[in-house]
Amino acid sequence: MKDKLVPLREAIAEQVRDGDSLVMGACLEPDIPFAATHEIIRQGKRDLDIIAPISDASTDMMIGAGCVAQITGAWCGNVSGGLGHNYRRAFEQGEPRSLKVRDHSNFSLGMALLAGAHGMPYVPMRSILGSDILRSNPAFRVAENPFSAGSEPIVLVPPLIPDVAILPVQRADRHGNSHHWGNSGLMQEAALAADRLILLADEIVDPAVIASDPGRVLFPGYLVTAVCHIPAASHPSPMTGCWRRDNAFFHDYHRQSRSREGFLAWLDEWVLSLPDHAAYRAKLGRQLDDLRIAGDAPSVVANYAAE
Amino acid sequence: MNYSTQEYSTQELMIVAAAREIRDEEIVFVGMRLPITAYGVARLTHAPNAVGLFECGIARYAPAGGMLYTMADPPNQLGAAWTTGLIQVMGQLQRGRVDAGFIGGAEIDRFGNINTSYVGGYATPQVKLPGSGGAADIAAMAKRLIAIMNHERRRLVEKVDYVTSPGYLDGGTSRRDAGLAGGPSAVVTDRAILRPHGPDNELHLATVHPGHSIDEIREHTGWDLKLMPDAGETPPPTKAELAALHTIDKDGFWR
Repeated sequence: MKDKLVPLREAIAEQVRDGDSLVMGACLEPDIPFAATHEIIRQGKRDLDIIAPISDASTDMMIGAGCVAQITGAWCGNVSGGLGHNYRRAFEQGEPRSLKVRDHSNFSLGMALLAGAHGMPYVPMRSILGSDILRSNPAFRVAENPFSAGSEPIVLVPPLIPDVAILPVQRADRHGNSHHWGNSGLMQEAALAADRLILLADEIVDPAVIASDPGRVLFPGYLVTAVCHIPAASHPSPMTGCWRRDNAFFHDYHRQSRSREGFLAWLDEWVLSLPDHAAYRAKLGRQLDDLRIAGDAPSVVANYAAE
Repeated sequence: MNYSTQEYSTQELMIVAAAREIRDEEIVFVGMRLPITAYGVARLTHAPNAVGLFECGIARYAPAGGMLYTMADPPNQLGAAWTTGLIQVMGQLQRGRVDAGFIGGAEIDRFGNINTSYVGGYATPQVKLPGSGGAADIAAMAKRLIAIMNHERRRLVEKVDYVTSPGYLDGGTSRRDAGLAGGPSAVVTDRAILRPHGPDNELHLATVHPGHSIDEIREHTGWDLKLMPDAGETPPPTKAELAALHTIDKDGFWR
């Protein structure tokens, strides 16, 4: 099997192109690929369409850095702080550039990625009937259910085929086979729908470890384009069994990004002046050590013996 | 009922009022902060067999033991009934299995429509709010919707600028005509509880929280708020409800 283990800098340089659509934050609140967010900003990627159900501060950072042309999502802000200041400045004042928003609900975005994942021409759905999401995002159609005896409106959701999905996982081998546990949001649909797939693995393990439990594999390694070994790639968001949420970091970011100048100072301190994620982890130091989950609550082993 | 003579905060009253909206054995979208605490109180009092769903892909019986900043923090994963994907959990709404859901909002109107997207309309917005998240789905597809709001005139408005989460739309049968069942059953505010009433499904004043008056509530409502025929006072928390709440809120966050 191919060795897909590469540095994050190389994975972003080769797999993310200006104008691409990127799924970042498919797991909702945990496992947001902030390490990739920083690298995308450092490499000055432009005109991106960020696809994410809730986005959190990752999208807000990329908007403020001028990387984003469009948001395709259900919620964009800062889960700890509320509103995303860069998001508002871009949308309301065009600073640093104007932003298009394609409104979704969480479920409609899920249906769009589900359609993309399985090659469906569209998915029929009952949600968002009556919602103005149907008016502000012209992508949807309302039709009559052809199988209903009476009149029954349904929403048709067209597929999303992202160029790239970037997904943190607890462990992966060098070939892209991985385990992920805890809630998974839309990770599986995003992985199956996207053209290219970058994994950020907290730990690189022997292929035998992944093969020992195929039931914990969300998507197969052969779909993966690149594997990067980045411990705490999702900081300040949590990762089940590995890292707790750094809530104070989200609040600090929210406070500092209130003004454009404050955001630029934050960006310089935490992203632009650092060469890579190892330097970011070193800068966090003990703050990061304190977030590491030290407890032990393992699942019981599942026996896959064939005879 | 034996009402407590103990002091309680407005937020504690809201939590207990929200908890009473959950019935035993119901499947409920609990959300964060105030509703998740209400779910815990309901489980410990009158609804020990309720099930809590989280749109990130989690189902739980007992609420999480540790402090949660978001619904997917590690304590909510430990001991969950199910950790899975968003579609597996939210699909249960569409399947018609979800009895009730809680959401908050920036603006609600007299037909229970909620806006968390655009202040000033989507074409020329003055303020861009974060958006739906799962709220539009819960409002569209849960059997009952319970909204939690601060009771201010600028938040309880005649008509919202943008319907993120559908209530009874233009009132009457318009929600049914749009293809939706369910609808808002209660709006729990810091001053009162409103409920839909009559053929128009317009929100009426159902109960007034202790210490508040009908005049004051009407003054802080952006439409001509009518009273339900049996309008009365919100029953204060019982000793059992407060004890359950204090078991969950050990640090007194809601006091």
